[in-house]
Amino acid sequence: MEIEITVNGRKRRFDVEPNKLLLNLVRDELYLTGTKYGCGIGECGACTVLLDGEAVLSCMVLAVDADGKCVETIEGVADGDKLDPIQEAYIEEGAIQCGFCTPGFIMTTKALLKENPDPSEAEIREYLKGNYCRCTGYVNIIKAVQSAAKKLRS
Amino acid sequence: MYVNKVNTHILPIEFEYHAPKSLDETVELLEKYGEDAHVLAGGTDLLPHMKQRRVEPKHIVNIKGIPELACIKEIPEGIHIGALAKLRAIELSPLINEKLPLLSEAARSVGSIQIRNLGTIGGNICNASPSADMATPLMAVDAKVHVYSKSGEKNYPIVEFFHGRGEVRLEQGELVTGFTVPHLPEGAGSAFEKIGWTTLDIATVNVAAVVSLKDGKIDHCSIALGACSPAPIRGVLAEEILRGREPSAEAMDEAVELIATCVEPRERWRRAPPEYRQRTSKALARDAVTRAVEAARR
Repeated sequence: MEIEITVNGRKRRFDVEPNKLLLNLVRDELYLTGTKYGCGIGECGACTVLLDGEAVLSCMVLAVDADGKCVETIEGVADGDKLDPIQEAYIEEGAIQCGFCTPGFIMTTKALLKENPDPSEAEIREYLKGNYCRCTGYVNIIKAVQSAAKKLRS
Repeated sequence: MYVNKVNTHILPIEFEYHAPKSLDETVELLEKYGEDAHVLAGGTDLLPHMKQRRVEPKHIVNIKGIPELACIKEIPEGIHIGALAKLRAIELSPLINEKLPLLSEAARSVGSIQIRNLGTIGGNICNASPSADMATPLMAVDAKVHVYSKSGEKNYPIVEFFHGRGEVRLEQGELVTGFTVPHLPEGAGSAFEKIGWTTLDIATVNVAAVVSLKDGKIDHCSIALGACSPAPIRGVLAEEILRGREPSAEAMDEAVELIATCVEPRERWRRAPPEYRQRTSKALARDAVTRAVEAARR
């Protein structure tokens, strides 16, 4: 099937089978391998991308279903070599260890801070509860979100 | 211990994809392909099921292209919620939060933000899972299910919709288009209680309660229970015994004993043994009714 998806601001055309997952489209066709395959059943959040600005699981969306929509992945967050304030905050707060979950966390954080520029700790925990991290624990991640929120507000 | 041994990286089955733009087109496709067709709404249940080959449809009918199915609006009879309304939209809708806080509370309890951004209320109901988190509140508020087919629209109370054993009352060529919730009694309070392995997991037990008071006594009372019988059920006996009484500890004790008699948990359900569900349904029913009474007093 012919589809057209805007990926990180660029319009792209694809010819895909209907059973292709959006996750595999961005990873295998566009080589945007920042988005990760974790569990495949909606529990880990590693495959989170923004679909028309909303955080969704790309392992649970058919590529054909994203036809005509905007997809934003971790590769589109930084502006060239200049990191996004959210990415900077994750590094500064030590909220990264192996890095596997980080793209998903950053995309979810992006959606959170767009919706709520000054979230409380409880709100951050609630919003990020669909993202699993098995290395750092969540304390530094929450600090990173708070610091990113501060940076973005100023 | 359950271990997922299936490759969930890909969809291992091939199917034909349809994206109808209207209701009539949709029901035509559903009628034509019958059992081979499956409706795709949010996909948060369907896609994992297809990955695990629990369902292998030959035709996928994506109904997202029918925007009028996603509406949430006030109508003279109450509130209408389209089948495609996302759980996140129900959670955030000012109308639902004001008029039917039970539904926004239940929607908020489902999975993660990413799941709620995809999952729809219609999908939650039509999967016929006994633990569906939107089914219990819709039952507690006496919602009506709207079903569309070639022969036109019909509706019936949601209690009649669940057949148990993962089945719903839908014939070939029929599509659930939405739900109408009648006005709640004046000053009614409500509460949704849920317990699962984690807050992200599906419910091991969930309970919804709606209570209204008159002169300090319980006037209207409805209690719905999920995940503790083959289909979501109403605790009718407990509702009857509470009606006309003050919400005292004794009344609650009697009511929850009756709850325990009406639930029928199954041995093979893997999240918890039957005794656990039986006891927990009592505890959660007590919590839900107590909190609903408090809300009604406010």
